[in-house]
Amino acid sequence: MIELNNVSKTYANGVNALNNIDIFIEKGEFVYVVGPSGAGKSSFIKMIYREERPTEGSIQIHGTDLMTLKEKHVPFLRRKIGVVFQDFKLLPKLSVFENVAFALEVIEEPKDVIRRRVMEVLDIVKLKNKARFLPDELSGGEQQRVSIARAVVNNPRVVIADEPTGNLDPDTSWEIMEILENINRNGTTVLMATHNREIVNAIKKRVIAIEGGRVVRDEPKGDYGYER
Amino acid sequence: MKGRTLARHGKEGLKNLGRNSWMSFASISAVTIMLFVVGVFLLLIVNMNSFISSVEEDVEVQVYIELGTSDQEQAELEQQLKNLDHVESVTYLSKDEGLDRLIDSLGQDSEAFESLRDENPLNDAFIVQASEPQQTEAVAEAASGLSYIDSIDYGEQVVEQLFNVTKILRIIGLVLVAGLMFTAMFLISNTIKLTIVARQQEIQIMKLVGATNSFIRWPFFVEGLLLGVFGAVIPIAAITGGYHYLYTNYADKLSIDFAEILPVYPLTLQISAVLIGIGVLVGIWGSITSVRKFLKV
Repeated sequence: MIELNNVSKTYANGVNALNNIDIFIEKGEFVYVVGPSGAGKSSFIKMIYREERPTEGSIQIHGTDLMTLKEKHVPFLRRKIGVVFQDFKLLPKLSVFENVAFALEVIEEPKDVIRRRVMEVLDIVKLKNKARFLPDELSGGEQQRVSIARAVVNNPRVVIADEPTGNLDPDTSWEIMEILENINRNGTTVLMATHNREIVNAIKKRVIAIEGGRVVRDEPKGDYGYER
Repeated sequence: MKGRTLARHGKEGLKNLGRNSWMSFASISAVTIMLFVVGVFLLLIVNMNSFISSVEEDVEVQVYIELGTSDQEQAELEQQLKNLDHVESVTYLSKDEGLDRLIDSLGQDSEAFESLRDENPLNDAFIVQASEPQQTEAVAEAASGLSYIDSIDYGEQVVEQLFNVTKILRIIGLVLVAGLMFTAMFLISNTIKLTIVARQQEIQIMKLVGATNSFIRWPFFVEGLLLGVFGAVIPIAAITGGYHYLYTNYADKLSIDFAEILPVYPLTLQISAVLIGIGVLVGIWGSITSVRKFLKV
């Protein structure tokens, strides 16, 4: 469960990214966040995994109050949230396996558990046979699948995907969506910021549109609603 | 922290050295060069210091005994000298021995003095050694108050100047060593910082997948430590080997009678320990302070 009450964000340089936003997302929902570039999507998403802090308002993630959360507890919040980035953010010198295992090493899982769990998720994203490859040796879609595997490997309650199909061709984008839907079907909340009109209009989910730092539209099974 | 996590940090630190091999090479080279310079310099300074000390220790007070002093009075004077503050030892030197010493010290020009042997102008004397070279003057002054004394000589002017010079030499040595170490630390930690800046993304990703700051720091700690240790290997080998060679082949040429260069052991062991210590400290310090900057994600 994600709950934002009256959240505003003004950056140090005076840019007002979000204005009095109220958003409530149930556990297990799949939500698209749409809107023009610079409308505040990224600020909204970054606040959920606490890369940014709101200047006003309150945010609750699965019972954790982000406003009173101490700096040293932030890592434990992030363990409940898997993040998938448009630019993948894989470590170039680690193999596929090591990149995914990384998220489990951090939470000090035993080696055999890490091994089993990493191979499980690599199976889900269909990269089991490329576990030893380096990110450079993979296609864009494959790299994005590694990044999804890393995001879900520790069974987070929420997966946040910031334009996961932004750098990918249409076919690959559909594959990525299939994986995200699968993850969602198992009860994980998925929050996806996107500019991909075709996908939003084809795979109908709740759509939250942010423009000028405000929620201008919030409808279940909505449309993308922009001409691109 | 769990044991396997500690093992993981150690392994990860070592692996990172290999993964960033060029950067590690640059850092280790910086450590190597700086430690080598520091090590050579330390050898020089320590030897200079021991040299100065032996010169200083050669300073003594010659207390000439009045002519016609009886044996008993002489024994009394000896006891009184021994009872003075800061006196290390009192040695009797007959006038014949005194002349031998004088003639010896003059070397080639001594022949002119051989004729003096028939009519020795010197008095019998006590040679008084101060416990601290710097106390020589005080000892001489205190001794001058005693009876049965003809005169006292401790090379007043020379001693004072000598101590001024040695004091300045020591200060210069200390300042140079401190300055050099500071420069070394600065250069090494800066090189390490550069290598870590290149890994900013890695640190950012660690933070985003929920690594605690200490979890991120540990492998860097190990890495910094290893950089320091690896960087110290060549300087230690070169300095120990070089000094050993110098000592075995040229020790006599590098020594001036009483002042000799220090033996290879334990000096090179001590310097090796200092170099490893500096390397490890600077490595860890450089690496930890650099990471800290990127932990705020």
